[in-house]
Amino acid sequence: MTMARAASSRRSLLGHSYNLVGVVASLVILAWTLVAIFAPYIIPHPIGDIIDDDYFGPMRQGLWLGSDYLGRDMLSRVLMGARYTVGISLAAVSIACFSGVVLGMIAAVTGGWLDTCLSRFLDAMNSIPSKLFGLVVVAAVGSSIPVLILTLAVIYIPGAYRFARALAVNINTMDFITVARVRGESTVYLIGSEILPNIIRPVLADFGLRFVFIVLLLSGLSFLGLGLQPPLADWGALVRENIGGLPFAAPAVIVPSLAIASLTISVNLLIDNLPQKIRDRDA
Amino acid sequence: MSNLVEVRNLKIEAKTDSGRLVEIIKGISLDIADGEIVALIGESGSGKTTVALSLMGYARPGCRITGGEINVNGKNMAALSEKERARLRGTDIAYVPQSAAASFNPSSTIMEQVIEVTRIHKLMPPERAQKRAVELFRALSLPDPEGIGARYPHQVSGGQLQRLSAAMALISDPKLVIFDEPTTALDVTTQIDVLKAFKSVMRAGGVAGVYVSHDLAVVAQIADRIVVLKGGEVQETGTTAAILSAAQHPYTRELLAAFEPKPRQARADADAGTKQLLRIDNVTAGYGAVRADGLPLIRAVDSVSLVVEKGRNLGVIGESGCGKSTLARVIAGIHPAAAGDIVFDGKELQRAARKRSQDQLREMQIVFQYADTALNPAKPVEDIISRPLAFYHRLDRQARSKRVDELLDMVRLPRTLRYRHPSELSGGQKQRVNFARALAAAPKLIICDEITSALDTVVASAVIDLLKELQRELGLSYIFISHDLSVVEAICDEIMVMYNGERVEQITPDKLKAPTHPYSKLLFSSVPKLDPTWLDGLVRDAELVSQYGHR
Repeated sequence: MTMARAASSRRSLLGHSYNLVGVVASLVILAWTLVAIFAPYIIPHPIGDIIDDDYFGPMRQGLWLGSDYLGRDMLSRVLMGARYTVGISLAAVSIACFSGVVLGMIAAVTGGWLDTCLSRFLDAMNSIPSKLFGLVVVAAVGSSIPVLILTLAVIYIPGAYRFARALAVNINTMDFITVARVRGESTVYLIGSEILPNIIRPVLADFGLRFVFIVLLLSGLSFLGLGLQPPLADWGALVRENIGGLPFAAPAVIVPSLAIASLTISVNLLIDNLPQKIRDRDA
Repeated sequence: MSNLVEVRNLKIEAKTDSGRLVEIIKGISLDIADGEIVALIGESGSGKTTVALSLMGYARPGCRITGGEINVNGKNMAALSEKERARLRGTDIAYVPQSAAASFNPSSTIMEQVIEVTRIHKLMPPERAQKRAVELFRALSLPDPEGIGARYPHQVSGGQLQRLSAAMALISDPKLVIFDEPTTALDVTTQIDVLKAFKSVMRAGGVAGVYVSHDLAVVAQIADRIVVLKGGEVQETGTTAAILSAAQHPYTRELLAAFEPKPRQARADADAGTKQLLRIDNVTAGYGAVRADGLPLIRAVDSVSLVVEKGRNLGVIGESGCGKSTLARVIAGIHPAAAGDIVFDGKELQRAARKRSQDQLREMQIVFQYADTALNPAKPVEDIISRPLAFYHRLDRQARSKRVDELLDMVRLPRTLRYRHPSELSGGQKQRVNFARALAAAPKLIICDEITSALDTVVASAVIDLLKELQRELGLSYIFISHDLSVVEAICDEIMVMYNGERVEQITPDKLKAPTHPYSKLLFSSVPKLDPTWLDGLVRDAELVSQYGHR
């Protein structure tokens, strides 16, 4: 019964089958990405300008999302916030996954002492609580965008490494790897051409999941005041600045929260509903 | 209703991932009388397992029984509710799976699992069930029937586990037992014991059975009647004797023909047989900690020597665990030898593959048993075959593409297959691609590790014919490793018998009827023959069996 329903809600296009949830989620992500890219051109007011006489102003014409605790335009601040949240997280997750996956595959293919050393070192990294690590680094070297990106990346490398290594170890025992080895292939060919294509789907799913973690951690750091510094603000910082509006049900605190939720949930849903390749060639 | 099982016009549909419906069973009818054993035989994909499972009212995920009746003991399994079916499964109808090793729960004892059915269906108190289980263990001639139940699955052998899963099926006195290729994964020497045990228990209890297999010789020993399936339709039905002696349908004849020995004619050109291509001397290899004398703790290959001459083939035969696959890996350098010399084409080879030169690697190729794992599932056939061309021969894109076409022609595959991924090929096609990749390197020696054992009889004999033909054209040599004597016999000039890591005998196929070593005698006499009376008439030297058989 459930199978029949799931099958009927799937559509097919270009040899892949899609379902509705996945399409909606990818539209939300696409929308936020476009906002992040074009934010400077579409914001109605500069983010630092105080344009409302009242603070925590309600939604009304001209101030579509109300005003924040200083009377600045909330719409502009949320749109620009997307830029920092999405941009910093994407940069951090790309660095984390790239290094983690490459190291993981090398460890799986090489084995021996390299595998042992890398694994133990990254396990040790993994045992440091992520927020605490962020707090210490930011406290030590101060907060700037490059520092944030690198810190977040370093925090998530061990996880990506573990995940990729576990997948690659399984592939590494397959006969086609043995065939490639006795052919005399190099490690670079083995990981790039034989292993990576077989683990790319779960690795991409992991990429998405880690992106969500990083958005949440970044928001958490910003909420604690250790993320972006004013007047720049990502979504987490926006929630923190305007937390005083909570008793007034001000849109200034609700909207950035919703923005965080919509992005992270959409990424999650997209991962669960990635398009699937149709193997049936006669169809 | 006179028969225990009456299947009428059974239709089963499967849904592909694009939502298209495919009819995989196209209106099958068959009858099974009380106490009769009927064999379902056919190549993989013929629907034999699907039909057998449908007798329990079960269709695998994605499949649906869409039409017809399946009357078992007067009840239509197709129309019953899932709850009523569950009540019949294990009591009236029981199932013996292909791989007992994968079907037992490793974390509870054998006895617990054997009597589980009686507990689920509340058939008898546990004490009586245990007593009954011990009786069955004895009837199935398992060693130590009183004590074996207390062991865990990993503590008994594969053949014993298969018999234990039969005991599990028989404990509730079912009317019908479904055997799904129960001996396919076993060695010939073990297979005999399992078959004998099955046959005597089924006969004594008057239990009807369905025996699914692709091995006609095995089926001939145990079945009263044979149903030949192909493409989801019954091709031919008849008593075992009738099918074996007077098969009507072309497909059945093909199956039978695959059994006929095709002796290999000795090579005419004598000078080709004089030059040594590969010689290994006293090679020892194994696993585990290396001891003081430089040898590993467990020796899988123990001072084996062999010679392969140019243009000639060497067969290596033995049961699983005898070290024949390790030997192949040692020669190829995948598993470096601990001692001994390997001389290839006049030059001493390094023990580890990574220390050998590219040309040495190119000239010796290895083809693995399971084409499923030997081909990268993420790459199209074209990329798989053209990699050795780019790597060894540095061909440019155009030359590669042309050569891929030639190689596909060589292994008798249509050229359009080059765009497909391995998952879109059949087992035989995959094995041919696997072989084409080895040929792409332009080797002098190809090591074939059980390359036909995952294939159906008919497909396997086609692959063997292909190998012979390629040898004539390209002047290759093969080392052919197998547990299947008929395969080795068909292609090899010399046969080496291995037992327990050691070479016990080397003979030529024409002397096959008269092996001198006792283990070879046991091994050769254990290969099932098409004659239905073969198993009953088989007398084996008890001393030999106790010395070499794994009971």
